[in-house]
Amino acid sequence: MITQLTALEHRTQSAACTPAKHADAPAAPHVVIEAGRGSLGGALIELWRHRELLYFLTWRDVKLRYKQTALGILWAVMQPLLMMLVFTALFGRLAHVPSDGVPYPIFAFAGLVPWQFFQTAVSQSGASLVGNAQLVTKVYFPRMAIPGAAAGAALVDFAIAAALLFAMMAWYGIAPGLGLALFPALVALLAIFACACGLWIAAINVKYRDVKYALPFVLQFWMFATPVIYPVNFVPATWRWLLLLNPLTGIIGGFRAALLNRPFDWAAIAVATALTLGGAAYAAWSFRRMERDFADVI
Amino acid sequence: MQPIIRAHDLSKRYRLGRDESYHTLRESIARSVGAPARMARAILSGASPAGAGRAPERHVWALRDVSFDVMPGEVLGLIGRNGAGKSTLLKVLSRITEPTAGRVEIYGRVGSLLEVGTGFHLELSGRENIFLSGAILGMTRAEIQRKFDEIVAFAEVEKFVDTPVKHYSSGMHVRLGFSVAAHLEPEILLVDEVLAVGDAAFQKKCLGKMGDVARAGRTIIFVSHNMAAIESLCSSCLLINAGRLEARGEPAQIAMRYLAAELRGAGGARSLADHPGRRGDSVPAMTSIRLFCEGPQPSGVVRMGAPLRATVEFRAPHPIRPVLGLNLRTAEGASLFGVSNRWTNEGIDAPRISHGTITCAFDSLPLMPGTYQLDVYLGDFGDPSRDLDVIRDAISFEVIPADLLGTGILPNSGSGPIFWTARWINGSAA
Repeated sequence: MITQLTALEHRTQSAACTPAKHADAPAAPHVVIEAGRGSLGGALIELWRHRELLYFLTWRDVKLRYKQTALGILWAVMQPLLMMLVFTALFGRLAHVPSDGVPYPIFAFAGLVPWQFFQTAVSQSGASLVGNAQLVTKVYFPRMAIPGAAAGAALVDFAIAAALLFAMMAWYGIAPGLGLALFPALVALLAIFACACGLWIAAINVKYRDVKYALPFVLQFWMFATPVIYPVNFVPATWRWLLLLNPLTGIIGGFRAALLNRPFDWAAIAVATALTLGGAAYAAWSFRRMERDFADVI
Repeated sequence: MQPIIRAHDLSKRYRLGRDESYHTLRESIARSVGAPARMARAILSGASPAGAGRAPERHVWALRDVSFDVMPGEVLGLIGRNGAGKSTLLKVLSRITEPTAGRVEIYGRVGSLLEVGTGFHLELSGRENIFLSGAILGMTRAEIQRKFDEIVAFAEVEKFVDTPVKHYSSGMHVRLGFSVAAHLEPEILLVDEVLAVGDAAFQKKCLGKMGDVARAGRTIIFVSHNMAAIESLCSSCLLINAGRLEARGEPAQIAMRYLAAELRGAGGARSLADHPGRRGDSVPAMTSIRLFCEGPQPSGVVRMGAPLRATVEFRAPHPIRPVLGLNLRTAEGASLFGVSNRWTNEGIDAPRISHGTITCAFDSLPLMPGTYQLDVYLGDFGDPSRDLDVIRDAISFEVIPADLLGTGILPNSGSGPIFWTARWINGSAA
């Protein structure tokens, strides 16, 4: 086994040092390759330049996801729908878990749709770099595009499941209120958090394939630790602060508030926003540092 | 004019895998228990987890202090043995992997072609793959749309654009992959050995396309083992040996130097276990080849007109009555002649064995001085339909001059690779 050792960087022209002032100075290089540290800003600029590639990779992932399945894209709605039925039977009917004053099925579904997106995005993007090892070792482009595209493909599933959610709301006669205006912001926050987790896990998975075995278990546990199928007040008041450390608590709570016309828990959303943005910055920085070894380790 | 690529003291160090043998069970358990903690520390600090808590490692320098400039429009050949660092250099230049030390300045858009069909997905159709692979190689969507018909025509897959690539023949797959890459229009193109695939006609077409690209004034760096291609395409050539830049100059001179060095290294014996020239569908049955000239030791140097024996050792998955075919070629790759006991039936009644040797003996080789290569084919009399194991360029050897004619005069070196004798009869006008 061969692994790379040292750290380095690519700087794009935009991130390079100040241009020379002399009139006869040679043109600035298009690319400088040397040992050093990667700049996060440079990486994001490069990712933006490769946005068409990001689109093509997302399109490929969507196209391939349900290739050669009989139900095709229906699986995007089947998964949260079946889970909702199981949880309704188990928790709604048998255990009588409270549901914030809305019917339990719609309560659970409004939590399961964003959760399912998070789970799909994180597990798909977490496995994406290893799954695309052939690309990583044979061609250069911003590596973030690979987990980014996997999360983007999950967003397509989410859109379909969300459409079903709106249909169910109409069926139950639940009209969203003004809070619906916050819905796009909450989707963005959820997508950023999912991307951040996916990015970080994808990078670790390159070196430690343990991730493949640990991740399904962690995600399962995470779902039960998040108020997806039970309301926050189901947890004793002395322990609720612990739930807040999980950004998904605020985001999924916000989803329900926006869609089902319930009051927002602003403190939870503020904490979730802060944790998400901080987490995303850390994940991107950490990805940049681990990225240097990808081609040699994968 | 200023260089378009300027590489300065490039070095790349790889770590060889750590020694996995733990000395005691206790040590092994302690390591496993400690590993998650070390790993967590490494991951959280954002450092590459590669270095977390490892025993001392051994290192190998894949590149060491390599410096060179490439001028715009130059076609630079890159040659060297397997593992010399050619591919690592291309990977550093194309930014796939990063150097350990040194610096490269690149003044232009770089396209790299390190394999045929980068980014292809078997489930997608030809049309979809053209867009996907094009985007991955760095083309914009508008660019791909503009060149779409040209790409399809060059690959000769017009009828199958909407068929999933998994139903393509391997030839079609390779043609489409090369075609997408060939229509890239970067200022600098990095190409690795891709011409080693595809049939002869397509290889010729690829070489032609590369020539067009070069004449269009673009800069190419081209890695190949095909010396003829290097000599015909390149304007300059680098020889890399053990990670260091050994020589730079005229392609023909550098190629000669490389082949001569290769020969000394080979010494008339070569392991065939991991031979790069093995044909894809081969069963790796041949394990080694040795050449014997006049002495009991293997030798890669043969005197003109001297006998030569080639002994191949094999270990087949089932007992065989071995058939050994040899095809002799010049250093430039032109076939001279082939021999096989399949045609003479020698050994057709031999006992079946799965492990042994078979030797082909020439009483004298009719070759002019120069470098020659042998392709070897191992088959079984029991299966006339196909060969078990086929290796191209399995070994090379050198023929050195000898005064066979007894006059001290050699035939002209330009008279071709074959040495032959004849008789002359003078007659007077009747």
